[in-house]
Amino acid sequence: MKILVPVKRVVDYNVKVRVKSDNSGVELSGVKMSINPFDEIAVEEAVRLREAGKATEVIAVSCGGAASQETLRTALAMGADRAILVEADVELQPLAVAKLLRAVAEREQPRMVICGKQAIDDDANQTGQMLAALLGWSQATFASRLLVDGDAGIQVTREVDGGLEMVAVKLPAVVSADLRLNEPRYASLPNIMKAKKKPLDIVTAAELGVDVTPRLRHTHYAEPPARKGGIKVADVSELVRKLCDEAKAI
Amino acid sequence: MRTLVIAEHDKAQLASATLGAITAASRFGGEVDVLVAGDACDAVVAHASTVQFVTRVLKAEASYYGDGTAENIAVLVQRLASGGAYRAVLAGASSFGKGLTPRVAALLDVAPLSEVIAIEAPGRYRRPIYAGNVIVTVESDQPVDVLTVRGTAFDAAADGVGSAAVERIEAADDQGLARVTGREISKSERPELGSAAIVVSGGRGLGSGENYKRLLEPLADTLGAALGASRAAVDAGFVPNDYQVGQTGKIVAPALYIAVGISGAIQHLAGMKDSKVIVAINKDPEAPIFKVADYGLVGDLFEAVPALTGQLAAR
Repeated sequence: MKILVPVKRVVDYNVKVRVKSDNSGVELSGVKMSINPFDEIAVEEAVRLREAGKATEVIAVSCGGAASQETLRTALAMGADRAILVEADVELQPLAVAKLLRAVAEREQPRMVICGKQAIDDDANQTGQMLAALLGWSQATFASRLLVDGDAGIQVTREVDGGLEMVAVKLPAVVSADLRLNEPRYASLPNIMKAKKKPLDIVTAAELGVDVTPRLRHTHYAEPPARKGGIKVADVSELVRKLCDEAKAI
Repeated sequence: MRTLVIAEHDKAQLASATLGAITAASRFGGEVDVLVAGDACDAVVAHASTVQFVTRVLKAEASYYGDGTAENIAVLVQRLASGGAYRAVLAGASSFGKGLTPRVAALLDVAPLSEVIAIEAPGRYRRPIYAGNVIVTVESDQPVDVLTVRGTAFDAAADGVGSAAVERIEAADDQGLARVTGREISKSERPELGSAAIVVSGGRGLGSGENYKRLLEPLADTLGAALGASRAAVDAGFVPNDYQVGQTGKIVAPALYIAVGISGAIQHLAGMKDSKVIVAINKDPEAPIFKVADYGLVGDLFEAVPALTGQLAAR
C-alpha cells in the first residue's frame, strides 16, 4: 500500500520566537526553519512500514512556499520515495491544507496517511482529523504504536488523557503521530545526496481546484505577560517557611 | 445565540474539561445545550442537567457511542449544528475534544479554533501558539465557530445547582470505522493532574522510575497533590505518558507547582507557567526552570525532597 505523509516547514523547536513590534505577526526573517518534529516521526513510521514490507511507497507532501522543498528533501533523505509540493504563496490555514491534502489523496489513492499530531508553530492539532473527515476515512489520533493488519485495518495505541487506548480502525485511515511512536533516524550523508535526485513534483493549489482563502483573521500577536523573577532560597527550611507563611501556598 | 457543548464522560459523570467548556459557552450570552452521546448514560444526563448555565441536555443513546469515537460523534454533531442552530460548538481541550472537534468543523466546512483561552466576544478569541510563547487574537465571521477550550482558562461550571430539560434525540448511523479494543487507564487515588490544586512533577534529574516513586509519591501524599512529569521522564520510562506536562502533554495551572529535577525546556514551561506559585528544585543553578520559579532551591534533590516531605508533614 501507498502511504502519504504530509510535512510542514516550521520554526525550529529550539528557537525562541519574537513577536513583531507592530504586533502583526511573529518575526520569521533570519529564523532557522526545520521539518515539524511530529512530521519527522510520521515519516519515520512510514519508512519503517515500507522497510518491513507492509507498504510499497512513501510519498511526502508539503503545502506552502517554494522553501518547503527543503522540508521535502529532509523527508526524502529519511527514506521517502518521492515528494509533492503543493505550492501556494498565501497563508494556508489547517482547513485549506486539509482540502489540498484531500485533493492529493484523491490523485494518489494512498491506503493510509500518517501525519504529525500537531505543528509546533500554530499548535492547532487539526489537519489530520479534518483530512479524515473530508475523505470520510477513519482516524487514529495521537498514535504511540501502529500495527498493520494486512490490507483491511490497523491496530493503533493512542496516548489519551488517562493513559492509553487501543483502537482497531478500518483502512483507509489517517493516523496522527504522537511523540513516542518512534525515534526518527538521522539522515546519512549518502542518503542526503541521494534525496537530491529523488522525484519532487510541484502542483499549485489552483491546479488542484482548491479554494484556500483563509477563514480566520489573526489580528493581534502578543507575548504573554512574563512571570516576575523569583528568589533562590538557601535551604529546605527557608523554602517551607516561604511556602507556608509568605505565599500561603500550603 | 445558542451554543452546544459536546460532553465528555465516563458513563457516570461529566469530565472536568466539559465543565470548563460549559463556562466558556456561557460567555456567548445565550442558551447552552449539552450533548451527551453514550451507551446507557442516564447518570451522565442527570449530572449534566444539574450544571450551572445548562438550559437543555440532548441525550443520544446507541451502543456504538459507548466508545466515544470521533467518527461516530462527529456526524451526530454535524446534523445538530448544520443550518444555523448554533453560534458555536465547544468541547474541552482534552484528547477527546482535540480528536473530535476538527472532524466536526471539517464536516461543517468551517475552520476550528484549538485551545481557546479567552472569548472576548462571539467571533473574537485568544489562543496560545508557539508553545504558549505567543498569544494570538483570532477573529471569525463564520456562521458557527467550533472550539476547544483550555480548562485552565475557564473555571468549572458548578454542578448540583440546576435542573435543565432533557431531550432525547435520535442517534446518527454507525459509521463502522473504528472501535476501541482496550484501555490502559492509570488508576490513582490522587487528584486529577489537569485540575489539581497542587502538582508535584519530576524530571530526568530523578534518574529512575524507582527514585521518582520513592521521592515524589510521599511528597505528593503529604500535600494531597497530583503527580506530573517532564517529557524526558516519560520518554525515559520513569512514569506513563499521562503524567506528561507540556506543550503536547497536559496543560496545568495549579495553585502550587513543584518541579523536581526538571531543567525547564520551553515545551515544559508551556504546560505549567500559568501556575500561581512555582517551586523548582534542581542542582544546576543555570537551569531555565529557575527563570519562572517563585522559589528556587539549588541543591541535591535526593536530600532536599525527603527533607521537604518531612518538614511539611511535621507542620
